[in-house]
Amino acid sequence: MTNLQEFPIAGKYGIYGGKYIPETLIPAINELEDAYIKIRNNPKFKRELNYYLQNYAGRPTPLYFAKNLTDYVGGAKIYLKREDLLHGGAHKTNNCLGQCLLAKKMGKKRIIAETGAGQHGVGTAMAAAVLGLKAEIYMGSIDIERQKLNLFRMELLGAKVHSVNSGTKTLKDAINEALRDWITNVKDTYYLIGSVVGPHPYPMIVRDFQRVIGEEIKSQLKDISTGSPDALVCCVGGGSNAMGTFFPFLDDDTVSLYGVEAGGLGIRTGKHSATLKVGSEGILHGMRTYLLQDEYGQINDTHSISAGLDYPGVGPQHVHLKNIERAEYVTCNDNAALDAFFKLSRLEGIIPALESCHAVSYAMKLAKRMRTDQKIIVTLSGRGDKDIDQVIKSRKKYIGESK
Amino acid sequence: MSQLLNNRIEKKFCELKLKKQKGLICYVMGGYPDPKTNEKIISSIVDGGADIIEIGIPFSDPIADGPIIQEASFRALQNGINPDICLNLIRKTRKTYPDIPILIMTYSNILQKKGFRKFMETAKDAGTDGFILPDMTIEESKEYLEYSKKLELASVFLVAPNTSNFRIKKTLDVSTGFVYVVSVYGTTGMRNSINKYTLNAIKNIKKLSSNRNNISVGFGISTPDHIKLMSNFGADAVIVGSAIIQIINSNKDNNIHQLQNKLKNYVTTLKDVCYDR
Repeated sequence: MTNLQEFPIAGKYGIYGGKYIPETLIPAINELEDAYIKIRNNPKFKRELNYYLQNYAGRPTPLYFAKNLTDYVGGAKIYLKREDLLHGGAHKTNNCLGQCLLAKKMGKKRIIAETGAGQHGVGTAMAAAVLGLKAEIYMGSIDIERQKLNLFRMELLGAKVHSVNSGTKTLKDAINEALRDWITNVKDTYYLIGSVVGPHPYPMIVRDFQRVIGEEIKSQLKDISTGSPDALVCCVGGGSNAMGTFFPFLDDDTVSLYGVEAGGLGIRTGKHSATLKVGSEGILHGMRTYLLQDEYGQINDTHSISAGLDYPGVGPQHVHLKNIERAEYVTCNDNAALDAFFKLSRLEGIIPALESCHAVSYAMKLAKRMRTDQKIIVTLSGRGDKDIDQVIKSRKKYIGESK
Repeated sequence: MSQLLNNRIEKKFCELKLKKQKGLICYVMGGYPDPKTNEKIISSIVDGGADIIEIGIPFSDPIADGPIIQEASFRALQNGINPDICLNLIRKTRKTYPDIPILIMTYSNILQKKGFRKFMETAKDAGTDGFILPDMTIEESKEYLEYSKKLELASVFLVAPNTSNFRIKKTLDVSTGFVYVVSVYGTTGMRNSINKYTLNAIKNIKKLSSNRNNISVGFGISTPDHIKLMSNFGADAVIVGSAIIQIINSNKDNNIHQLQNKLKNYVTTLKDVCYDR
């Protein structure tokens, strides 16, 4: 059997992935692939990236044993991989620093990126600022309305933000607009995609820059003289924190992998972002993957309490892992995520991002079914400061009424 | 290049060459602004002298399109236009015009959702002669090409100004019907001037094809002068899209006769310069 860490093979994860893009982008995608393959094992590049990851962004992030949460749940031990403590407040910074450094080595001076909630936009703006590059960020006008603070943060960091008014005016349309910009300015522009999505080689590049999460977990467990974890639990929108966490463990069958998608208001309401759970095969944003779409192949509107999970597609490697049954993909509804938000805040003094709450919530369920000598690791992908407004609003909706 | 013997597009290009004419390919968004008006729009365009009709099937995420076609897709979808309605439109057009070549321009996911084979069979049955899929690359085209060949549907691939010669040759080998030369770095939509690099690209592709392929140029073409220039540099046909949508959009008072006249006259002025060799 093929070693799972060998994927992509010829740009594909099983039949998923590939490149479905306008011809104008082919030279740029090929140039990117060549440059990345040449540089990825270059010791000087690795040293430089590590320098920024450690001294600028604060890696390694702690692996924290959440004793209070574990005691509260009463089951397997729950550990938190604290990506919320990374500079910028989310795991996104790993990828932004990696790709900005790559762009710089390729001689590109202008960086474009899409952003949904604004976390990837902020990460891009930070990395571009510190590495002396110019950043322009595409963000849906509805998302801008929802995340005014992040708009201001990006501008503060020197990035130019373009408001996207086409389509549903959210993340998927921001990606469309970034792709159109790239088609137009392909010669001098680097497109910094924010998750393990898009045409090959992006899902591979983003995964590689995020696998530091899983690698650190491995060595941190060794430091406390503990073997492999029994389960890894991560939230999945596009799936970059999950892929970064899973990847180093893919070929260790003793480790169960769980990806948690946004169940929104419930699968049956149609208002969710559970692409792997209920989506179907399709082609969008340069890749063959699973999509939330209608019977004609039009992409559906999605919903999640957390803007970062609000995406109608998913990384192609996740589809592969699901199909070969290496990873299991489950859902967590808005209100369960919100419940985890409060629990973690009160029990551990950690305010988690709503995205990460989906993983925390599922881990609590899972822990109950497991033995107390077993270990679950949850990647806490980001911190929750950005979500306070959303939580205040939703609290009224979900909790206020029941009081 | 592989030839499709029984295909209206290839026949049309043979005929145009015999008559020493350039081809005029006109794009309409299927079902836009509404299915009834759309039928009339197609008639005006054919009557005006269009050689080939390209019917767009709206997609929710049209990454290769500029603002005008994006907006038209969006509105068509909001009005409930779907691929079935577009295929019906093709069926009707085929009845009215048995010989006019009809192409579908849309994105890969529309075919993928029904299954390439099933969608292409239905399209063929409705009277379609070929497909243009701007997000389909030759790398991913195995299934698409297999059914194109089987059904004698033209598979039109695109070539951009930055496409390498090696890749142009590969594209010329697999494209049937014609090769779509993207004139600019950018998305569809009208532009005021023609770039030098566009003309060089046409000349280069023409040379690499050594007359085995029909070369059509699109993106940003809207005036007789554009067409003359493209023709002089070796284009066999030109594709006009956003400019037609713009005329439809400017018909604010819903006067269908006025719109038909406007479109017919516009297409005629474009076709006029196609006789000029």
